[in-house]
Amino acid sequence: MAKVTLTVNGRTVSGECEERTLLVHFIRDKLGLTGTHVGCDTNQCGACVIHMDGKSIKSCSILAVQASGSSITTIEGLAQNGELHPVQAAFKEHHGLQCGFCTPGMVMTAVDLINSKGTSLTEEDVRHGLEGNICRCTGYHNIVKSVLSAADAMQPGRQAAE
Amino acid sequence: MYATNYHRASSVDEAVKLAGTGDDTKYVSGGQTLIATMKQRLAAPSDLIDLRHVPSMKGISVSGRSVRIGAAATHAEVASSSELRAVCPGLADLAAGIGDPHVRHLGTIGGSIANNDPAADYPAGLLGLGATIVTDRRQIAADDFFTGLFDTALEAGEVITEIRFEAPEKSAYAKFANPASRYAMTGVFVAKTGGGVRVAVTGAGSDGVFRHQGMEQALAGNWSAEAVAGVAVDSSELLSDLHASAEYRANLVRVMAKRAVAAAR
Ligand SMILES: Cc1cc2nc3c(=O)[nH]c(=O)nc-3n(C[C@H](O)[C@H](O)[C@H](O)COP(=O)(O)OP(=O)(O)OC[C@H]3O[C@@H](n4cnc5c(N)ncnc54)[C@H](O)[C@@H]3O)c2cc1C
Ligand code: FES
Ligand code: FES
Repeated sequence: MAKVTLTVNGRTVSGECEERTLLVHFIRDKLGLTGTHVGCDTNQCGACVIHMDGKSIKSCSILAVQASGSSITTIEGLAQNGELHPVQAAFKEHHGLQCGFCTPGMVMTAVDLINSKGTSLTEEDVRHGLEGNICRCTGYHNIVKSVLSAADAMQPGRQAAE
Repeated sequence: MYATNYHRASSVDEAVKLAGTGDDTKYVSGGQTLIATMKQRLAAPSDLIDLRHVPSMKGISVSGRSVRIGAAATHAEVASSSELRAVCPGLADLAAGIGDPHVRHLGTIGGSIANNDPAADYPAGLLGLGATIVTDRRQIAADDFFTGLFDTALEAGEVITEIRFEAPEKSAYAKFANPASRYAMTGVFVAKTGGGVRVAVTGAGSDGVFRHQGMEQALAGNWSAEAVAGVAVDSSELLSDLHASAEYRANLVRVMAKRAVAAAR
């Protein structure tokens, strides 16, 4: 057994787990944060995407012990004071989800994409940036629309810069 | 996944020492290949030694035309290094096209070349650049490093610490990505260097990454996309699988080489 200490959505937590425990299972089973999903067994679907030290990663592709000491954000950490994050609000507004299974990973990916690309984010960047996230329902168009709309909302200078 | 023991190394020496302990010890860097393989129970190391926290294996630096990339540099770091991009945009672009953003945030250059997947991108980049692979014990020329499918010149317990090369005059990588996995169905890296032209092909060879002498000669005389168009590519040593026949790959080698030469900067 190993001790894992993480900062999760701003709070320091620690717990014991087997050394082979994947980070996604630690988050879901030990911390009870079940918003992060598991959609595949092959590191390909992106349903498990979270941020580790500010960057999007697949939490099924890393052991909890490897992540120990880092700061992570899960989908539960986005809304502030009962207000949806702009990316969450945009997915709701633009019908960016149907069954919702892929949505936590899509939203976490989009937040990192918008933060790192800044005001220059284009539709092509969004489509390219979602390459590691699979959705079986929407056909992606409304997801792309949601991400671009959220980028406009988060970065008022964006449209002027284009 | 089978049970394993985890160790976090804080220096190269410590990592090498730890590697001598367990009965089936493996290094883990980004884990983007190894953890996935362990999940499938296709690998079951008794001990894992994490290299992500070794400070001397991190970072990218450029001095004049000499480039040093730490083995633990992630694909995202290589893709976004403005210093590297200024002298060798071909390799930065190659890194930007690996997998997806999440894979690029964790996967490392050292892990990729140690794994030497026949469809991986970096082997073509480093062979094309004539890079030197530096380990805890020696320096290995890329020409001697990649020895076959998933096979390298690395000895048991040997750690790649950094990659070094002289930036070429021009270079570029063109990849025909498998639409599902994004790995290279065929990828060609071309480099025009002080010591001549180098053309390295990944994703296509039945024995892994290889250099194409015919194209190198044609480009040495005439650096242009037209020069490679007429070069024969022998399909008898190329891979054939459900994605593409050897003949199809032979054509892709030519088309990717043309694209890379046209895009070279
Ligand atoms: C969905 C997905 C898509 C991908 N698409 C692509 C793609 O398009 N192109 C591509 O090239 N790759 C692709 N990859 C693979 C990816 O690039 C991996 O990051 C890379 O193959 C391995 O790097 P790593 O740091 O994760 O290595 P790890 O998984 O940590 O290790 C891989 C192997 O190398 C050994 N090793 C690691 N570091 C060292 C070191 N410093 N010295 C000696 N041995 C070491 C390990 O023991 C292990 O055997 C993809 C992966 C996934 C999951
Ligand atoms: S669960 Fe599918 S990529 Fe992590
Ligand atoms: S909304 Fe159902 S998988 Fe994306």
